[in-house]
Amino acid sequence: MNLAEGVQLVSFGILVATTIAASLGVVLLENIVYSAFLLGGVFISMAGLYLLLNADFVAAAQILVYVGAVNVLIIFAIMLVNKTEVFKPMKNAWFRKGATALVCVGLFALLGTMIQSTSWAVLETIEPVSSTALRLGQHFFSDFLLPFELVSVLLLMAMVGAIILARREFIPDLDAEQEFVFTLPERPREPVGAIGEAPDDSDS
Amino acid sequence: MQLEYFLLLAAALFCIGIYGLINSRNAVRVLMSIELLLNAVNLNLMAFSNYLDADAKGQVFSVFVITIAAAEAAVGLAIVLAIYRNRDTIDMEQFNLLKW
Repeated sequence: MNLAEGVQLVSFGILVATTIAASLGVVLLENIVYSAFLLGGVFISMAGLYLLLNADFVAAAQILVYVGAVNVLIIFAIMLVNKTEVFKPMKNAWFRKGATALVCVGLFALLGTMIQSTSWAVLETIEPVSSTALRLGQHFFSDFLLPFELVSVLLLMAMVGAIILARREFIPDLDAEQEFVFTLPERPREPVGAIGEAPDDSDS
Repeated sequence: MQLEYFLLLAAALFCIGIYGLINSRNAVRVLMSIELLLNAVNLNLMAFSNYLDADAKGQVFSVFVITIAAAEAAVGLAIVLAIYRNRDTIDMEQFNLLKW
């Protein structure tokens, strides 16, 4: 990376601010849809940080995979689970939140002191890799060939498993007098349009 | 630019992710917190690969992590949908399947 030092520092500061603010919004906001869109903001600013770290190929892959696939999948799931239910309040919820916040701050303090007190063997002459895609391809097909193939098989298995899990069950006995709405062989149990406005559904 | 800044940012992101993982009651938000954790680990790998290793092996591992995270998101959201269809809720406090 041949940007000037000041430019790097300023852009790093902006990216840190957006990352921390958006991730706090993901965790703390009440509305889950806002959280999902802020998660996209976290992913994009992480891609910017990767660009600062001389990893242009992985930054592009981050945007493609996370923002383009994972975030869209999460938003789809939020819309499929379209029920704004009010959770029943729990006793001692404040205690759990406080204890978790305390543990997290403590963990951050521990990690921070560890990072500051360790003397990292940073390379003196950092020369950025000229073409990272070429280097990554060489790694994938020479010394990381077996994990690469295993990851492809695992991705295929995970996709097939996700389809099987998320598919609605097949209901073989069709009622003749029921109004024939769905022409697909897999019929949902309840009419799809009526999920949100079922009468026993209290506040949706 | 120093290595420590990136490591501190990754540590902060990891702690925020753990807070959300434990405290959120919406099941989709739990999956989003797991994505935050994986991104923190990815940032660590990237920083070490840039500052400590001239061979860019950390980027290879982070590509693996991105792949596994995509598979995890698909399977996790499918499980959430299946549980929602059976239980009609996404409250994590009422998921007592496989508890004891």
